[in-house]
Amino acid sequence: MAKTIDARGLSCPQPVLMTLEEIKAGRADEILVMVDNDASKENVSRAATSRGWKVADIRETDGVYNVMIRKD
Amino acid sequence: MKGIKNIFAGPWGIIGVGIMIGILAPLLQKWGNPGNMGVCVACFERDIAGALGLHRADVVQYIRPEIIGFVLGSLIAAYLFREFRPRLGSAPIVRFVLGVFAMIGALVFLGCPWRAALRLAGGDGNAILGLLGLIFGIWVGTLFLKGGYNLGRTQQTHHTAGWMLPLFMVGLLLLMLLFPQITGEAKSGVLFYSVKGPGSMHAPLLVSLVVGLLIGFLAQRSRFCTMGAIRDFVLFRQMHLLSGFIALIVTALVVNFILGQFKPGFDGQPVAHTMHLWNFLGMALSGLAFCLAGGCPGRQLFLAGEGDGDAAIFVMGMIFGAGIAHNFGLASSATGVGPYGIPAVAIGFAVCLFIGLTMRKNVA
Repeated sequence: MAKTIDARGLSCPQPVLMTLEEIKAGRADEILVMVDNDASKENVSRAATSRGWKVADIRETDGVYNVMIRKD
Repeated sequence: MKGIKNIFAGPWGIIGVGIMIGILAPLLQKWGNPGNMGVCVACFERDIAGALGLHRADVVQYIRPEIIGFVLGSLIAAYLFREFRPRLGSAPIVRFVLGVFAMIGALVFLGCPWRAALRLAGGDGNAILGLLGLIFGIWVGTLFLKGGYNLGRTQQTHHTAGWMLPLFMVGLLLLMLLFPQITGEAKSGVLFYSVKGPGSMHAPLLVSLVVGLLIGFLAQRSRFCTMGAIRDFVLFRQMHLLSGFIALIVTALVVNFILGQFKPGFDGQPVAHTMHLWNFLGMALSGLAFCLAGGCPGRQLFLAGEGDGDAAIFVMGMIFGAGIAHNFGLASSATGVGPYGIPAVAIGFAVCLFIGLTMRKNVA
């Protein structure tokens, strides 16, 4: 089951907070996090791996990074 | 140059940047900057406010090229690596107010988090109180963050808006070149220049500028942030940014030893006072304001260099805050807090609490 988090336009630490909240909620084993800057992309990736999740894919379209993280 | 992996943003990259800053900051002191103040974003923005006449404390008036370098170095890095993203619209007036109180808090302690680190590395025991206060203030900020506090989404905007603060910095540089310092003269053209006190102590212009550019570049690439360093550990037990901050302190300590700039103690420390409670509370207010605004004062400059108009507004708030801090007697001195420093800190906490508790725009 996949969940989408729209963290576009949100400044740190919002994207990480939202991601970790969703990971903690345990409702999904796949989360798509949308961010629009490199720092958030790096932060979300780092946060995911710190909780034992995997960064499955990062796709960029029109300045938006779709960071797909998957439970390991 | 997009697609090339950002080595500075990795675990060793941020430590490397911390080490670089830990070398450069004590060197800036060796080359003329005030004691334990190789870099201090708050003090330097306050000095800029003075140079522009926004306050008339004649011992702290000088356009600090380091600040100019931070913004422009970040701008260069952002453009080189295609990270320049003009954006604004995330509660700007709130960020301005947070900047005002972040500066007031810093001027009560006599330093921003960067200077707190450098003061510690110089042996200033009072910095321990400051750093403890910083941690406390950031911790309070995290309580608001966990409670849903946020300033709302920013929006992509026209390139011109992203260029405003960088151009303002270029303007400051041009002013310095147009109205250069004349030895012994308190004014040159429209600019004020301290002839004594910390404002008169500075490394040569070119040296300050080049070091500032280098730090700006490295900090933009590595996302260096002294507030985030503590916040991420408190919130997420993440050590990434903190490792860079610790690397800065340890390196600066070693370099200070080598340069003979390490002088341990509480009394008689350069540009410092020993009122422990207000060192703690001043930095606590600052830390809370930085946390609510999403970045330490250095980070706000680097973000502004990337085109972030919200960060630019925070920077302007800090400069304005410095102006009123010295005009109203809010800033501390070597003898202790200023005449109205204590009520100012109380008001600052009240305002930050108000902002932290009520700004919960639903962004889900």
